[in-house]
Amino acid sequence: MKLEGTVFKYGDNVDTDVIIPARYLNSSDPKELAAHCMEDIDKDFTTKVKSGDIIVAAKNFGCGSSREHAPIAIKASGVSIVIAETFARIFYRNSINIGLPIMECPEAAREIKSGDQVEVDLDSGIVTDVTQGKSWKGQAFPPFMQNIISAGGLIPYINSKD
Amino acid sequence: MGMTMTQKILAHAAGLQEVHAGDLIEANLDLVLGNDITSPVAIKEMDKFTSDKVFDKDKIALVMDHFIPNKDIKSAEHCKCVREYARKHDITNYFDVGQMGIEHALLPEKGLVVAGDVVIGADSHTCTYGALGAFSTGVGSTDMAAGCVTGKAWFKVPSAIKIVLTGKPSEYVSGKDVILHIIGRIGVDGALYKSMEFTGEGVANLSMDDRFTIANMAIEAGGKNGIFPVDDKAVAYMQEHSTKTWTAYEADEDAQYDEELVVDLSTLRPTVSFPHLPENARTIDEVGDVKIDQAVIGSCTNGRISDLRAAARVLEGRRVAKDVRCIVIPATQKVYLQALEEGLLKIFIEAGAVVSTPTCGPCLGGYMGILASGERCISTTNRNFVGRMGAVDSEVYLASPAVAAASAVAGKIVSPESL
Ligand code: SF4
Repeated sequence: MKLEGTVFKYGDNVDTDVIIPARYLNSSDPKELAAHCMEDIDKDFTTKVKSGDIIVAAKNFGCGSSREHAPIAIKASGVSIVIAETFARIFYRNSINIGLPIMECPEAAREIKSGDQVEVDLDSGIVTDVTQGKSWKGQAFPPFMQNIISAGGLIPYINSKD
Repeated sequence: MGMTMTQKILAHAAGLQEVHAGDLIEANLDLVLGNDITSPVAIKEMDKFTSDKVFDKDKIALVMDHFIPNKDIKSAEHCKCVREYARKHDITNYFDVGQMGIEHALLPEKGLVVAGDVVIGADSHTCTYGALGAFSTGVGSTDMAAGCVTGKAWFKVPSAIKIVLTGKPSEYVSGKDVILHIIGRIGVDGALYKSMEFTGEGVANLSMDDRFTIANMAIEAGGKNGIFPVDDKAVAYMQEHSTKTWTAYEADEDAQYDEELVVDLSTLRPTVSFPHLPENARTIDEVGDVKIDQAVIGSCTNGRISDLRAAARVLEGRRVAKDVRCIVIPATQKVYLQALEEGLLKIFIEAGAVVSTPTCGPCLGGYMGILASGERCISTTNRNFVGRMGAVDSEVYLASPAVAAASAVAGKIVSPESL
């Protein structure tokens, strides 16, 4: 699968409180959550983001709370993939379980700039920055996790085993 | 090759002789936890299962604590959803207004977690129960849903950092100072994907409440779990609170660790983490002049009885500064009652603090103490992220109950020694 979009770039330790502040957690509706996604770190995000766009960040993306509302809000705002140097572990797990593609690729995460056009080939793990004319190879998921993602998330995966 | 304490627990729960860091395993769960924010999402997910039965109605804990008593209509709807689910499936451990407490203080107190257990909770601070020698870790709502239905969860077996504690902490140094110091040293991703295994003769000098506070914040270093050896204090705690059978696991002599960190407790000072990350730790002597508008004493990190006692010791016979709002929140009904019986609530009220029913409330910027633009709060909670407790440009400083209480009196961040 090929993904393609414009990059929104952030730094280290983007936490779940800025991805979706707790004051909105009295809702679990993806659309409502998406309307406030990233607003405490980037107030223009929700107005600028288009379907397919890509978030690129540095270390420890998604640290903090276990709220699945965070990957849900990102997915519902149209983001096709998050690329980072590293992810916080609960965010990593949650993304796999709800079917939001994520990829660890430290070089790409460092070099890609905000506003760049980027293409990602999920099968090969190749990340291409079309604007800069560079590409890198990201880390592919182990087969166990690929099975969960290709089933469409943890629950369809479990159902398919019964 | 030897296994760490965490690896041994996971191997047993997966029915394997041996596991290695990086292995993907499926483990049987002893307890699955959810709260009023994460459970509604999980319950929606459970509808997608072909079977909607729960794996064991005694092994699911649902705790209404974040926006409880309900702060608005939407949070009331969430609780209603969980309440109805709990009734439908006859969930034994459902805790609502009147019985509830902040989940991570409540579960050990109710004896629901013991050494050797494998616990997942749809809340990141589920790692708290490592203080009892259990493997417990935070997950999301989908994992919770799958756990409630199947009684299992998948894990990548973590590698570990060995944290050797030596010496005895001085009077005003508590578990909170120990963990803020450690996070200051290794950073908020210093233990990413790993276990933090605490060991060494210094462990004996920490109370169970100190250990709960330390294990609670393992996630703030990125850790998968934090875990303590099962010693006499842990056994005494379990005997007092639980009727469950427990198993003490010990790391093998030749267990492999990615890193070893030695912390001499006797050299630590009261420690404060500056905005906006727990890793921005400074000793109280390096704080400088930081005026505060609010002090919060409570949360799953520091809302236990010894925390309230420490705060009361400082506040007794003193007054909260004129320009400071001081909010004290006992973590559970039992702690609340105990604080009442010991006369602590009287001390707080006479000092000019307010005392609330148990709730997460201000810790996550929910309600009951939200900060306005530019305001500063010293808090015994565990996160000081941007906007965590209110306005985007408000600030949270993390500290122990004694330091928070002393700061409430002084109107700026100070050590209790200086009052
Ligand atoms: S007290 Fe704070 S950190 Fe603890 S469970 Fe509640 S919101 Fe989370």
